[in-house]
Amino acid sequence: MTTVAERTTGARPATERPLVVTASPHLKGRDSVPTIMWNVVGALAPLVAAAAWFFGVGALLVVLASVAGAVLTEHFLGNRSARSASGGRRGTLADGSAAITGILLGLTLPAGMPLWMPFIGGVFAIGVGKLVFGGLGYNIFNPALLGRAFLQAAFPVAITTWPKVGGDFWTLRGDLFAFPFASARAPDAITAATPLGLFKFERQLTDAGSLLVGTVGGSLGETSALLILLCGGYLALRRYLDWRIPASILASVAAFQGILHAVAPERYATPTFMLFSGGLMLGAVFMATDMVTAPLTKAGRWLFGLGIGVLVVVIRVWGGLPEGVMYAILLMNAFVPFINKATQPRVFGTSRQRVVVRGGAA
Amino acid sequence: MAEAGAGLLSRLARRAGSFGFSHGVHPPEHKELTAHLPVRRMPYPEEVVLPLRQHAGKPAKVVVRKGDHVERGDMIAEADGWVSSPVHASASGWVTDIDWWPHPDGSMAMAVRIRVEKYSGQLPRPRMVPDWQGLDHDALLRAVQAAGVVGLGGAAFPTHVKLQPPKDATIDTLVVNGAECEPYLTTDHRIMVEYPERVQMGVRIMMHALGVPRAIIGVEKNKPDAIEALRRTLPTDLDVTVLPLTVKYPQGAEKMLLKSVLDREVPSGKLPASVGAVVQNVGSIALLAEVFETGLPLVERIVTVSGRGVARPQNLIVPVGTKLRDLIAACGGLTADAAEVLNGGPMMGMAQRDLDAPVLKGTTGIVVLSEEEVRGQASFPCIHCARCLDACPIFLNPSLLGDLAKAGRLEEMQAAHLGDCMLCGSCSYVCPSNIPLAQLFAASKAAIRRTGAA
Repeated sequence: MTTVAERTTGARPATERPLVVTASPHLKGRDSVPTIMWNVVGALAPLVAAAAWFFGVGALLVVLASVAGAVLTEHFLGNRSARSASGGRRGTLADGSAAITGILLGLTLPAGMPLWMPFIGGVFAIGVGKLVFGGLGYNIFNPALLGRAFLQAAFPVAITTWPKVGGDFWTLRGDLFAFPFASARAPDAITAATPLGLFKFERQLTDAGSLLVGTVGGSLGETSALLILLCGGYLALRRYLDWRIPASILASVAAFQGILHAVAPERYATPTFMLFSGGLMLGAVFMATDMVTAPLTKAGRWLFGLGIGVLVVVIRVWGGLPEGVMYAILLMNAFVPFINKATQPRVFGTSRQRVVVRGGAA
Repeated sequence: MAEAGAGLLSRLARRAGSFGFSHGVHPPEHKELTAHLPVRRMPYPEEVVLPLRQHAGKPAKVVVRKGDHVERGDMIAEADGWVSSPVHASASGWVTDIDWWPHPDGSMAMAVRIRVEKYSGQLPRPRMVPDWQGLDHDALLRAVQAAGVVGLGGAAFPTHVKLQPPKDATIDTLVVNGAECEPYLTTDHRIMVEYPERVQMGVRIMMHALGVPRAIIGVEKNKPDAIEALRRTLPTDLDVTVLPLTVKYPQGAEKMLLKSVLDREVPSGKLPASVGAVVQNVGSIALLAEVFETGLPLVERIVTVSGRGVARPQNLIVPVGTKLRDLIAACGGLTADAAEVLNGGPMMGMAQRDLDAPVLKGTTGIVVLSEEEVRGQASFPCIHCARCLDACPIFLNPSLLGDLAKAGRLEEMQAAHLGDCMLCGSCSYVCPSNIPLAQLFAASKAAIRRTGAA
């Protein structure tokens, strides 16, 4: 039966082709895992550029080496049959998460590190930090930080040799092209202690202005607190990271250190110094907010940040190391399943949370 | 502490004139396709097919035989008990068959096929007493049941059952659901704009039957013309108010609506009556008035036919039992890139495999999606972004429930309140990993029902 309308509009009758049948809902929000991940990569790009500005071409090479390690490991050991967003078989590389791990790892390293080390760090971060657990979404610890922890244990000297900021862009700092496993040459470049190291071991305070802009010694991405906040702010606005986690970390560090400073100003640095020095900004904004390894609930995220903040101060003030962000985040990562369990939301129409989950992480 | 804070926030928001619930999502509305189009009557098709199961409760029992001649409005199947509803012929014609027929829910159902009489005037012959005020409570309920009146919002719950709330519940408010939060659908919108008097009359009948002192009509703010029309026609002798609601899906879900309108939380596993309210969809209320006004039982309803896959989107008065094929043809047919036909809106509507399935009493709309809109998307593992937790209006943990569903751990799903999930699909909508959460939950619910697990 063809109606007049069909003849005039040229539309086809309602019978021909088989219909698509899928489950509801039939509408889909815009964001997908690759959009989120590639946005994070985009937000990290200015940090890499800043690192290159401060430390020269060597910074780019270090980041490239760790990204290469991470991405190649994901490509060869990851699930290569996974489908990309467009439906083709492009492996898990296309989701962009391995690239993030590589960049983040690179940003935690000093500019002069022999390049084979960041490469190995990238391999470890993805291979042991992520794929062993089952790949994207299943890892317990932040892979980039696990990669850094491995490098810190394996190459304690190389990872704490900090080149000085400034100088010509093309000048290579440190022994970048050292042959793997050859005994490390004594660094001949001009090195500088980090603000935290200066304070811990020599009781020297760096002024807040240089901390904010980043003209201080340190790892590639640890330097400019301002830029990190800007890039993180973009992600928070697009809802690709939860602002509660950095807010909670920074607030608890400021509060805890504020109390210490008020009690004994000569022994404990100011809260401002604590906030803007070392890897705290990078860690709070980009590492602790890794969705996979952070708690699910809002209350849990506040708690998670609080734990990290307290641990950072404890390690920095009383620990043997000048910096503690990495261990603080990794330790709290381990508590995420418990935090999730303890902070389940109250179900609508119930008096209290009664979600009992046997075994399994939430 | 967090809860006290949330409670305070909600109170402040209400004082500022924002009436809503927490969580939920904002899908694109797509209502502009039909929101401005006046309701028109669709020409009678050559055949109507009336399934006996098109309401909540027991299916109706056939009372006609093959070859019988029926008039429009004749009862062809009677209610089987109290929680059941009769079915009436939606057009004059001859019963050609009583047999299994494709049902919009995907199964087959017993249905009465009627070959529509050509050149018939299809005159509405009054069959009901228009004097509802003269009836006592029981007689009024029986009259409503006899007219086959059920909820038109989708679930098709018999209205007369709703008019008799449990004895132990004290009902103080009738809440009229004019939210219509599903994208594309404009059925209720047009009813409120074009028949506001009928809505008010229906409210009057419901309030009379329930004996409640007040009624509140909740309408999403994206329908200012509907709010205006309802406010213009408010009765002066009754406590009826119109409350503009925040535009958010699923505002029209019973529990969310009660939270928005009355700030009351229906306890888990309970009915609205437990918080002193009865909720009725605005279309069903207008129908109640229409039934008493015309004396004709429920034989037709207003359906939105919309979407990029249909040539001429429209709001139509459609005889119940019209095959989707005929309905779509009346709207200019499918476009060249039409791909998926939905019974209902795109968030909770059901994809149709067979366009012979008929329009039921509970069919709110037919949405046809284009190929581009239904293209499959790759699924990723859960990255614990927690967007589903922020979307779930019931405050469940869909991320956890999804993991449990994939592992088949049904008992733990029940402990995690799967029973409270109303399959609104907000979690699937926001999931960046494209995990079919709502589908997993629907399957798990079905599995639990099958095994009868406690």
